[in-house]
Amino acid sequence: MELPMPLADIERAFKRKPAFMPYFPIGYPTAMDSLDAIEALAGNGADLIEVGIPFSDPLADGPVIQHATQIALQNGVTVPGVLQSIAELRGRGVGIPLILMGYYNPILHFGPKAFCEAAVAAGADGLIVPDLPAEESAELEDALGGKMPLIRMIAPTTSADRTRRICATAEGFLYLVSVTGVTGARESVPTGLREFVDRVRLAVPKGLPLCVGFGIATPSQGAEVGKLADGVIVGTACVRAVGESADPKRAAADFAATFRKALDLSHGTLNPV
Amino acid sequence: MTLLFTKFGAYGGQYVPETLMPALEALTAEFERVRGDRQFQSELNSLLTDYAGRPTPVTLAARLSAHLGGARIYLKREDLAHTGAHKINNALGQALLARRMGKRRIIAETGAGQHGVASATVAALLGLECVVYMGEVDMARQQPNVFRMRLLGAEVHPVASGSRTLKDAVNEAIRDWVTNVETTHYLLGSALGPHPYPAMVREFQKVIGNEARAQMLAKIGRLPDQCIACVGGGSNAIGLFSAFLEDPAVKLIGVEAGGEGIATGRHAARFADPSRGQVGVLHGTRTFVLQTPDGQIADTHSISAGLDYAAVGPEHSFLRELGRAEYTVATDAEALEAFSLLCKLEGIIPALESAHAVAEAVRRAPKMGQDKNILICLSGRGDKDLDTVMKYLT
Repeated sequence: MELPMPLADIERAFKRKPAFMPYFPIGYPTAMDSLDAIEALAGNGADLIEVGIPFSDPLADGPVIQHATQIALQNGVTVPGVLQSIAELRGRGVGIPLILMGYYNPILHFGPKAFCEAAVAAGADGLIVPDLPAEESAELEDALGGKMPLIRMIAPTTSADRTRRICATAEGFLYLVSVTGVTGARESVPTGLREFVDRVRLAVPKGLPLCVGFGIATPSQGAEVGKLADGVIVGTACVRAVGESADPKRAAADFAATFRKALDLSHGTLNPV
Repeated sequence: MTLLFTKFGAYGGQYVPETLMPALEALTAEFERVRGDRQFQSELNSLLTDYAGRPTPVTLAARLSAHLGGARIYLKREDLAHTGAHKINNALGQALLARRMGKRRIIAETGAGQHGVASATVAALLGLECVVYMGEVDMARQQPNVFRMRLLGAEVHPVASGSRTLKDAVNEAIRDWVTNVETTHYLLGSALGPHPYPAMVREFQKVIGNEARAQMLAKIGRLPDQCIACVGGGSNAIGLFSAFLEDPAVKLIGVEAGGEGIATGRHAARFADPSRGQVGVLHGTRTFVLQTPDGQIADTHSISAGLDYAAVGPEHSFLRELGRAEYTVATDAEALEAFSLLCKLEGIIPALESAHAVAEAVRRAPKMGQDKNILICLSGRGDKDLDTVMKYLT
């Protein structure tokens, strides 16, 4: 069966195990820096990138991403501006899947259908909306019309039944929230992650990659998670490393390369980058 | 008993991170159970009576009515409930529910501090741990309530993000809840947020309307012609309105915060400013939300911290769409004038929130006949606002 292009691209990105998916918001520390950083992440080992759409009230995010997206808004970043940035990244030759991550209100305000069409046209490959559980996602699913996937999230609190229900319509990959809590670096990989991943794996249609995010701060934590999951999502640590650097582009390149190396080693094979 | 709907027409819903969905499911199920549970209801009713001081009276504001020269004005005296506002009704209900669910820790957001005080109070009463999130701006303008909460043993957590008001306090409370959901109940203070909160808070506040309806019948032998309440999230209003929904002759009027005037953009009137007040999603619910052209949540302004919020309770959006309730605004200046009137003519110092409802009655009463009756929900007392008022009036 022929997959729609974004789905095929995502499937290809997960050929590398584990896939590395950093998060970065458009507009931080400046609009230009964020594009440079994303380009550098893509060029140095990221397999997919979660591209953040800044929102005034990011209630699933911890202080670092709150701060970064606040700065981005102060820098004048808008929803159309984010979509334009996706197109610009494509223009720069960034070919890996770019998954938009944003809260629902700006999407709803833009118009779900108009947003999805513009996002696909700009070259986005998927959508993560952290405040849109399965119960409320029909409107956005309709707007997407199968052109790119709405990524489903599973939390440690999600029951097996609920996991099965959510997974029945999941596409692209599944986003496992490693801990109950907001985004942000944690001291260690949560205990019980293996059981959590195993439990979800049993409920998931075969072949749907499982990505773990929230709290992964260091390459060694990433490597540990990478042994369990098909993909490792790193947000806060990436935003902090890039945002605190005088040379965001360089910092992004180093960050991606270091994580990539640790993930490859953990998997026992050094994949060609 | 009928099941609660997750939506009010196109409004409401559950727009929250997946982590919270199981907690909302469990809360909904537990609330459905206690609605028909005689033991729970009787414990709640005892506390409302013996602890909170219910029923609160309905007072004829005779001198205010004479001064305005039209309809007679009655006040539903929620200011006389324990802790000085209607917030205690909901706080008692939810705290009992939390205890029943084995949650020993409650968190709450607060704007004016009234809900924070009510939460801290019931936590002390039931021996629960309590953390209240409050924006730094609100902490500065509601100092006495901050002190009250601390006296009651609650931890008041200053919120320094965003506009540092109620909206940001809710963000922080939700972040806490996402983190501690296994042990913690989020005691949400208004008819807002994800299902089941808007419906559950309405049910706990319905006591206002049920009492007032019976009291008006006893006093004047008929129902009031108009019911007026201020609307921030809208819990006192929905509590009052819900007892009159089936009485089509009774007009229901909600009053939003007009701030410095709609034209200035400095207000919290979700319905009165169609350029910015549009259907959106904030804090788990779909409703009218003040927002920027790019869908960011707008900063709001009101002299009263309790009305200073960008979203309105979803059921109000629905009642407005149905035409069953109408919504209007009172500005800061109008609220202050009404505040002074009630002080001088009735010897009642209202909360600045409630003064918005009084201001609407001040506008309406003179145009109505003396045989007409207005019922205002005086949602709280104004002791907490003295600093603010003195600053404006001197």
